[in-house]
Amino acid sequence: MSNHYETVFIMTPVLSEEQAKETVSKYKKMLADNGCKIVAEDAWGLRKLQYPIQKKTTGFYHLIEFTAPNTFVAELELAYKRDERLLRFLTVKLDKHAIAYSEKRRNKAKAAATA
Amino acid sequence: MASDNSEIRYLAPPTVDVKKKKYCRFKKSGIKYIDYKDATFLLKFVNEQGKLLPRRLTGTSVKYQRKVSRAVKRARHLAILPYVADMLK
Repeated sequence: MSNHYETVFIMTPVLSEEQAKETVSKYKKMLADNGCKIVAEDAWGLRKLQYPIQKKTTGFYHLIEFTAPNTFVAELELAYKRDERLLRFLTVKLDKHAIAYSEKRRNKAKAAATA
Repeated sequence: MASDNSEIRYLAPPTVDVKKKKYCRFKKSGIKYIDYKDATFLLKFVNEQGKLLPRRLTGTSVKYQRKVSRAVKRARHLAILPYVADMLK
């Protein structure tokens, strides 16, 4: 029984562009290997943190929306915790209102893109 | 005796506070999900110091006030909103 999740993590700004991309692809591969389907992905890029985390004031934000069996989330978060490039992460289970909300936002973004 | 027959002059004007009926903006506009990633929207529910506004000021219902507080606390965890701030707006 797979649930709908959304995870946001912040990468340290110190690492270069392709290191950031490589970290993200590592987690996407990990998701794909364990039978999870990535619904959406969104890179917010370098953003200013509202308070310094580990003495850093900016960070690469990244968002992945996916469906996964409920046992897999603990494993994913363990990998996040071990990765020293991640400053912070948050995984959230999406209820039906949240799914509808993100669906609508994606369509609006697509419509805006095509318009 | 100036114009004593004019209208009675009150020491302080009688303050008739018009009781503005508070309403829950989420029920009225039909918002079902409060996104913790949307900082501009969450700023409406936080005062200048970054603290959550109480229900008696915003007039939101219990169900949505809990959703707002959960979203704000998640945003704070992800450094989208500060825990404490001055002149946030």
